[in-house]
Amino acid sequence: MVGIIGYGSYIPKFRIKAEQIAHQWGKDAIAIKRGLMLQEKSVPGLDEDTITISVAAAKNALKRCNINPKEIGALYIGSESHPYAVKPSGTVVGEALGIVPDFHTADFEFACKAGSEGMFVAQALVKAGEMKYAMAIGADTSQGAPADALEFSASAGGSAFIFGKENILAELLFTHSYTTDTPDFWRREGAFYPHHGGRFTGEPAYFKHVQGAAKAILEKSGYSPSDFTYAVFHMPNGKFPLTVGKKLGFTNEQMEPGWVVNLMGNTYSGSSPTALSATLDVAKPDDLIFMVSFGSGAGSDAFIFKATDKIIGVQDKAEKVREMLADNPIYLDYGQYAKFREKIIMNE
Amino acid sequence: MPSPRYRREMPQRYRLEAGKCKGCGKIFFPPRLICNKCSSQNFEKVTLPENGKIITFTIIRVAPQQFEAEVPYAIAIVELENGVRITTQVVDCDPEKLEIGNSVKLVFRKVQAEGKTGIILYGYKAVLV
Repeated sequence: MVGIIGYGSYIPKFRIKAEQIAHQWGKDAIAIKRGLMLQEKSVPGLDEDTITISVAAAKNALKRCNINPKEIGALYIGSESHPYAVKPSGTVVGEALGIVPDFHTADFEFACKAGSEGMFVAQALVKAGEMKYAMAIGADTSQGAPADALEFSASAGGSAFIFGKENILAELLFTHSYTTDTPDFWRREGAFYPHHGGRFTGEPAYFKHVQGAAKAILEKSGYSPSDFTYAVFHMPNGKFPLTVGKKLGFTNEQMEPGWVVNLMGNTYSGSSPTALSATLDVAKPDDLIFMVSFGSGAGSDAFIFKATDKIIGVQDKAEKVREMLADNPIYLDYGQYAKFREKIIMNE
Repeated sequence: MPSPRYRREMPQRYRLEAGKCKGCGKIFFPPRLICNKCSSQNFEKVTLPENGKIITFTIIRVAPQQFEAEVPYAIAIVELENGVRITTQVVDCDPEKLEIGNSVKLVFRKVQAEGKTGIILYGYKAVLV
């Protein structure tokens, strides 16, 4: 039996409201808020990046389990915004958490599903008996091009999960991964902003892969959507996860605890992991949790978790996702946001 | 800061590792080789608590070049729960609203970078709790 023994998230304190971005580019804020179902998004501080977000999320995960970090045998960080092109984020995070030097680390990149990729590999290593514990983190400080629809959603945050075989909070029952070559969204080496295929990002990309992975894992497990207490999906905007959930037969009530995108934005590699974290914050023993990530390019990882009686004792040991979202956010205007996201060219 | 010094100071900057004198129990942060109280050279490694309170602070309005984008920002002396005092930046707040006695916790943040292509230097900063 393998599963999550500790989980934790981190969302930066800064926010920008959709109205600010719409005002800057002469767009209709009401139509955008209705269409994307987004009110505001998180913004990283000037001193925050994928590495600092990963450390903060991982520390919260460690608070929820009483283990020695030195016993973590692998650390995988999934992100599309690793601060270095060459030098793994895992080296800095491993040093900061005190995991170094006897561990394996790698940085993963698969657009928005790099975090769940890490989870997929980490749990497999523990399951295989290669190590006692393995940690996977999905974190991003994603950028949308100015005036692009992505600018309303691309945000910052992350979640960390520690997998083990003892004191499991949520047992991992099934996994499935579904991947094709689909050019829906990409960023070439050296390019600052990503490109996306407009409407192509919907049906042939997000919906095909999320549904493909979801249907396969449902068939593999023998479960039906009504068997689950909760369901979480990757949240590129507010609308897509609710739509795909409904198509698959899930209800809004099953998705509501993890649907934090309206206040957080799309934290890319941290999106579905943070939805899972918010769901674990409210889960009760024996609750079945359905999760499907999505990464452009494109692919989806699906997981089925079952909460154990250990979940009750740990939920309050670290700040919960919705507590972070409500904890006195600092709102930025577009000028401050442009400075924070280094969109302004400065003299060296 | 040169990279070799940054590398050397990672244990204290990343993990708040301090030196506790085995002779008299005094804690030094950053660690040092000889205790200035009892002259002992025997130390054990201890990790500082993350929580503390602001003893005093100042607001920087004219900053060194690499910190110009952050002004105005606060630099505080923070007393941690075990009595150790450290100097650190206080972030994620309006510095004009800070008060002596505010409760803070230490977090892991970027401190500076060696230009656009050099290494990124990380360390501790304080946020309000």
